[in-house]
Amino acid sequence: MSPTGWIIMLTSVFGMTALFSWCIFKVLTHKDASDQIHSPADIDPHDQDD
Amino acid sequence: MASEKWGSKLGVILAVTGSAVGLGNFLRFPGVACANGGGAFMIPYIIAFLIVGLPIAWVEWAMGRYGGKKGFSSAPGIFRAITGKDRSAQIGTLALIIPVIIYMWYVSIEAWCLGYAWKYWSGGMQTIVTAAQQAAPTDGKIDAGIQAVQNYLLHFAGIVPENENTASGNFRILRQFTQGSLPFLLFCFTINFILIYRGINKGIEWFCRWAMPALLFCALLILVRVLTLGTPNPANPDASILNGLGFMWNPVGHNLIDGGLVQVSFWEALSRPQTWLAAAGQIFFSLSVGFGIIMTYASYTKKEDDIALSSVSAASGNGFFEVALGGMIVIPAAFIFLGPESIISAGEKASSLSLGFLALPGVFEYMPAGHFFGGLFFFLLFIAAITSSLSMLQPAIAFLEEGLDLSRQAAVTLLGFITAIGALFVSLMSHGLTVLDHLDFWTGNFCIYLLATIEVIFFSYVMGLDRGLKELASGAEMKLPKILPFVLKYITPLFLLIIFGWWLKDQVFSNGPYIQALQSDPTVQLTVGFIIITTLFFSLLVHIAVRRWNKIEATPQEESP
Repeated sequence: MSPTGWIIMLTSVFGMTALFSWCIFKVLTHKDASDQIHSPADIDPHDQDD
Repeated sequence: MASEKWGSKLGVILAVTGSAVGLGNFLRFPGVACANGGGAFMIPYIIAFLIVGLPIAWVEWAMGRYGGKKGFSSAPGIFRAITGKDRSAQIGTLALIIPVIIYMWYVSIEAWCLGYAWKYWSGGMQTIVTAAQQAAPTDGKIDAGIQAVQNYLLHFAGIVPENENTASGNFRILRQFTQGSLPFLLFCFTINFILIYRGINKGIEWFCRWAMPALLFCALLILVRVLTLGTPNPANPDASILNGLGFMWNPVGHNLIDGGLVQVSFWEALSRPQTWLAAAGQIFFSLSVGFGIIMTYASYTKKEDDIALSSVSAASGNGFFEVALGGMIVIPAAFIFLGPESIISAGEKASSLSLGFLALPGVFEYMPAGHFFGGLFFFLLFIAAITSSLSMLQPAIAFLEEGLDLSRQAAVTLLGFITAIGALFVSLMSHGLTVLDHLDFWTGNFCIYLLATIEVIFFSYVMGLDRGLKELASGAEMKLPKILPFVLKYITPLFLLIIFGWWLKDQVFSNGPYIQALQSDPTVQLTVGFIIITTLFFSLLVHIAVRRWNKIEATPQEESP
């Protein structure tokens, strides 16, 4: 295995793995638009605690 | 909106990735890469990924969700919804027949994979090998075992008739088929149709949620086994895992000339049009673009989903299985145990079947714990195949439901009947794999190139880039590249036209082997006739569906389809 072969293999394998991992991370951490819309029930009226 | 929806964003990505990941990732890619420059192949491969694979995937996702919003999940409905013209629906016929016809032979290979895995794990293969080795001389026991396994596999698939001199052709194959792969074919058929019957969320998505991690787990186990092989035979130190990896990844191509291996330099490999054509072809078939499947899957996404990111996720997932796993398993193992000539011979023919189903069983005979890993490898291929075959049925099911107003039960029954006829046709005419080979050539190559080219031109020039890209960007957190409109309008169509033209020149107009066979071989004529009849049948169904949609739209008080 030549040094160029090592470079190509590691770049290809880790490049594809990194891209796929980044995509899955973005998908799992992306908030739905519907999650960001708050209904009146989500508002916490602190003054009613007592 | 389409009535069914995906349960989660991860679910749709796993389903689309599962659709794309198939036999080609583990068998075709490494063979083609080795025959076209080794590591140097990665340059045209990545360029083709960026200017062909990803743009067409984006096109299909955007068109699919646009159609889904209008209430259509099948390609005929989607094309008609985009243009508002009835005749556009007939373009969608291609997107129905491609997956349906491919399913007919793909399910047979899926059954072989399951059958081989069962034979390895149940000890049946060991019995065959032991019997052959007992009759062989001391120095030829391993070769006798390999020969016995290969003979069994050929007979199991019905490729070479057993007992050539004792019975006539069709009965031989019928007997082999019923005693060999038929039970596994029935099992695969049943599983596929049960999952399709359960629907998008409870069937396809549910299955892919456990099948894709299982596929990853099996692949990682086999990868660890291969990477820890070292130098199994100290008497032959060249046959080592490092040299095997070097054969796959060093930027040096190999060609077989008069049975001898000739090296091809980095620049020479890159200067060959054939290398670029092979890279584009690999990206094309591997990503499942041009099948029409992604369009149907995308129609079930919600309007707030980030389909641009989903598309990149599915494409990169496919690339991960292909490059990081497929590229590290088959070639190094085959190099160690079989030598480079057999790999190049299979790769030059893009013959994933001969590499996977004839060469690799030889590897498992030499490998320590080879029968366990042989079973695991074929089980891995079975999972990869079933997640793909499932996706091939959904476009036609969606069409039968929304176009002809059939119930799920009726649609599944009708499609089951049509595909069963095709699968039996493939299995019973399996001698020499002629039917399978020619079905793949005309639908899996010609029709896919044609549909992908039409899709990109349709998206850029008929639907319009403004409308299409607005759909793609809707709900997207990910920013699309600014160069994308230019790529979609000029680069991708041009690239597709060039490779499609090159392919036509190379395979069709130069009176190649497939055209010659069409002129002289009755089996091939029967195969092409079968494709034409299937196309006409689906074209008629599309015509009926369009009339029905027009009738519904003319009466506004009724529900949309």
